Amino acid sequence: MRFLATLLFLALLVFGVWSFQAAESFGAWLPPHVSSFGPDIDALFKLILWMVTFFFILTEVVLIYCVWRFSKKDPSKAHFTHGSHKLEMLWTAVPAGLLLVIAFAQMGAWANIRFPSAFPDGEPVAVAWASQFDWRFQYPGADGVLGTMDDFESAHDFVVPAGEPVKFILRSRDVIHSFSVPQFRLKQDAMPGMAIPVWFQVDEDRPGDYELICMELCGWGHYKMAGKVRALPRAEYDAWVADQQAQFMSNGIEE
Amino acid sequence: MSSSSSSVHPGMGAPGTVRVSHDHHHLGFWRKYIFSTDHKVIGIQFMLTGLVMFLVGGLMAMAIRWQLAWPWTEMPIVGKLLFPETGKVISPEFYTMLFTMHGTIMIFFVIIPLLTGAFGNFLIPLMIGAPDMAFPKLNMIGYWAMVPGIGFAIASFFVEGGGASSGWTAYPPLSTIETAAPGSGQGQTLWLLALTWSGVSSMTGAVNYVTTIVKMRAPGMTLMRMPLTIWSLLIAALLQLFALPVLTAASILQLLDRVVDTGFFTPTNLVVNQFNSEAAGAAAGGQPLLWQHLFWFYSHPAVYIMVVPAMGLASDVIATHARKPIFGYKPMVYSMSAIAGLGFIVWGHHMFASGMNPALGMTFMVSTIMIALPSAVKVFNWLGTLWGSRIHLTTAMLNALGFVAMFIIGGLSGIWMAATPVDIYIHDTYIVVAHFHYVVFGGSVFAIFAGIYHWFPKMFGRMMNETLGKVHFIGSFIFTNGVFYLMHQLGIAGLMRRTADPYDYEAFAHLQPLNQIISICAFCLFTWQIFFVFNFFHSMFWGKRVGRNPWKATTLEWDAPSPPGHGNFDHELAVHCGPYEYASPLVEEDYLMQSRDIGAKPAKA
Amino acid sequence: MSSSIQAYDPEVDAPAHHHPIYDYDSGPPVDRGKFAIWLFLATEVMFFTGLIGSYLVIRMGSPAWPHPKELLAVDITAANTFLLITSSWMMVRALDAIQKGDKGGLVKWLGFTILGGSVFVGVQVYEYTVLIHEGYLPNRDLFWSTFYAMTGFHGIHVCVGVIWLFCVWIGAVRGSYTPQNYVRVELAGLYWHFVDLVWVLLFTIVYLM
Ligand SMILES: [Cu+2]
Ligand SMILES: [Cu+2]
Repeated sequence: MRFLATLLFLALLVFGVWSFQAAESFGAWLPPHVSSFGPDIDALFKLILWMVTFFFILTEVVLIYCVWRFSKKDPSKAHFTHGSHKLEMLWTAVPAGLLLVIAFAQMGAWANIRFPSAFPDGEPVAVAWASQFDWRFQYPGADGVLGTMDDFESAHDFVVPAGEPVKFILRSRDVIHSFSVPQFRLKQDAMPGMAIPVWFQVDEDRPGDYELICMELCGWGHYKMAGKVRALPRAEYDAWVADQQAQFMSNGIEE
Repeated sequence: MSSSSSSVHPGMGAPGTVRVSHDHHHLGFWRKYIFSTDHKVIGIQFMLTGLVMFLVGGLMAMAIRWQLAWPWTEMPIVGKLLFPETGKVISPEFYTMLFTMHGTIMIFFVIIPLLTGAFGNFLIPLMIGAPDMAFPKLNMIGYWAMVPGIGFAIASFFVEGGGASSGWTAYPPLSTIETAAPGSGQGQTLWLLALTWSGVSSMTGAVNYVTTIVKMRAPGMTLMRMPLTIWSLLIAALLQLFALPVLTAASILQLLDRVVDTGFFTPTNLVVNQFNSEAAGAAAGGQPLLWQHLFWFYSHPAVYIMVVPAMGLASDVIATHARKPIFGYKPMVYSMSAIAGLGFIVWGHHMFASGMNPALGMTFMVSTIMIALPSAVKVFNWLGTLWGSRIHLTTAMLNALGFVAMFIIGGLSGIWMAATPVDIYIHDTYIVVAHFHYVVFGGSVFAIFAGIYHWFPKMFGRMMNETLGKVHFIGSFIFTNGVFYLMHQLGIAGLMRRTADPYDYEAFAHLQPLNQIISICAFCLFTWQIFFVFNFFHSMFWGKRVGRNPWKATTLEWDAPSPPGHGNFDHELAVHCGPYEYASPLVEEDYLMQSRDIGAKPAKA
Repeated sequence: MSSSIQAYDPEVDAPAHHHPIYDYDSGPPVDRGKFAIWLFLATEVMFFTGLIGSYLVIRMGSPAWPHPKELLAVDITAANTFLLITSSWMMVRALDAIQKGDKGGLVKWLGFTILGGSVFVGVQVYEYTVLIHEGYLPNRDLFWSTFYAMTGFHGIHVCVGVIWLFCVWIGAVRGSYTPQNYVRVELAGLYWHFVDLVWVLLFTIVYLM
């Protein structure tokens, strides 16, 4: 049993470290980030990953060693001790310091993403409406003001300019949903009764289509509540907006 | 109790007094095994009920894993039986119901009853030298209050619309508006009733545990001589006393929202599924976030109710089978208390993505990151205990070691979730699922197994089969990690929880093979439990008989006969030393029982 | 390790058939029942903290909140509040009576306490009837949702208290309590005082503020 037990715990350690190493090769790793939040969040993720890996290896190695070394048949008594004040101080103070460092390291990035002071100035580009089980985006019309008669709507696709900060208002018509774009490292619940401002900035060199996923359980169709964020270069974005506004106006006339 | 009749003033007396009474106990079958007031019988009732519900919750997990590995395909064996109308395929509605009820059952009717109900009841009086709980009748009521809870939970599957399907977190308005989901009809109402009854059970238990531990210890059993199991159960009971009533209040408000159309959690102007709740006469203007605050104010401490007793059980098992005193007994006690105390001010970490005030989020982040500290201290102390020990690799010990190995993983991955910016990305992904399963399955369930293998001889007077036990452990350990470890990577890839079929997304289509591996491990893990079930029931009747102290352990329960008779102890007790005097130089044997008087002050080392 | 397991020896290991039961008392010199009641009251405190906290959050979060004076009969409830406080005082007298051995006094004062509690519930039921008759149902708006939830839960607690006191009163009529044995009176009294205290708080925030 001694060999088997040691092997078992050793296997967990090896598998544990290996699978994180190999994850990227089978595609189960952070998708490439394309927004301004990406570098910060990924760096913090990796900072914690390194620290966690260190303590994982340290503690599991000690555990494995103990299982191997101290489960030998030995008629003598164990080492009689009730603890060590010095060691307790050491292994309280060191992790406490590290944890505080980790906590403080988060604050800048968090403030940058969520604090009102970090939000770009100006009017929001759109109101994102979540409802069971689709996404709709309400844009201001020619008057540039949201909530007026000439607002136009885009179903499914959230078209935004790339390379500049985008602010929008997230709302829900029914239950709680969540606006999540993994590549943006962005997630915000849409809370009925609340209008939550959200901002992000797609990298200038990474325009394109990105999957928008609802990540808060919203009913039976939760799994298929998908949308799309289309980040366009500024010129294309302007053209798209002008086109939509014109379409809306002409539709209005026809009716 | 017949014993109290001889005393005019039950329970009142100077510290350390003993009230001796003689009993003549002849009870019929019903009073002895069904409506028993004996804490040992009630503990075993909790254990059997918990294990049966474990099977139910486990079956739901298997169905979930089937769907995630091979979505919308015919389910083998049970498909024909359960879903004839959908072509033997799990429907998306049923999938939401499955994970909702899986979580609910595992938390409220498996882990909590097993840890606090089964071990709490069985061990508290025995380990402190008491003849029974302080309030045996209340104790019986506590068990029987859980039964209607289970009844409501099971019944919800058979009402129109099916069982609750808004997650075990029951976030409104999904859970309060009937048209929002099929399970938000009668199923959700039954769910709330199930929760309330489980709450009554926990509450009566907690009052009983605290009173018993504070008031009924044998002479010499000072607080700092209590086994860590007792400390952990005391702390868990206090957590329940102070946190659970808030959930009860919240559940009742949600029930009112549903039944009499109040609007505590329903905001204005909702149109759900073409149904306007206000037009239908319900009040509005309420706050869905309020529910989340109230819910997590209980349910975060509940996580510690589910893991602190496991820490206690594992500590006792480790010290006994490592033949060495617990390293840093006092730091162990303080760290458990710190976990419990901090546990009340971290609930907001479940709500970083909810739209809560970001400054509040930062505060919750700091407290949550710091709660990792006492957990780390505990791990180091377990390792310190093992260092220089004489490990006996019994099944109980293997499970306790497995607990430590996997609790480390669950504890470490929690730091990602506490770090607010990182949590924005990983919130509601599979890394969260991996994290809490490592804590609750790798941690608590393995500690429960360790506890069962360790105290089975005391419960039934017979040993469990060690060979079968080891086979059970090896398979369970391998497959548990096979199931839950790779979920970390799925989560890092961004895969979201509670999703019936993620493979339509470009980003996740390639993750299906990984999910299939996980599912196969899950099916193996489930099947492997046959070794445990067989061993448990076979040993109950045909296991090898044992004496009072088969493990040569030190704590008081091993002074009682196996199994202990009515009133537990057949001789007077006094405690002379701490709970973990293994390898003491004062005696020849490698253990010094707490009840043994060697006429000297116990050795300091 | 199987080698370390002792064999079963019926001489030593079987429990003796007739043995005394040892029931030790360790903790602070408080009756177990009283200790448990204090724990129970702590859970009740948390329950009402949850309710009152929710009330405050909802009220602060609402754009408009009517002043209670405009909708509720504050003066009648004020009188009712006074009655409940008086009943608490009568409970004190009841306990005092039995401590002095005055069994008749216990029956009398306990009876008055129960009467006070019952009238309080009666007035509350009357208040509800009138309000419901006027169309103020719990689903009307959040003001009424919270009003009924707060006062209703307290009302249930008063009913439980009255029933509890009544059970104690039956014991008192039978003469079961003595100056040496009155714990049950004390326990019910603790609960009653708690319920009254909560009402003072609720009356202040629901009716006056
Ligand atoms: Cu959703
Ligand atoms: Cu939590």
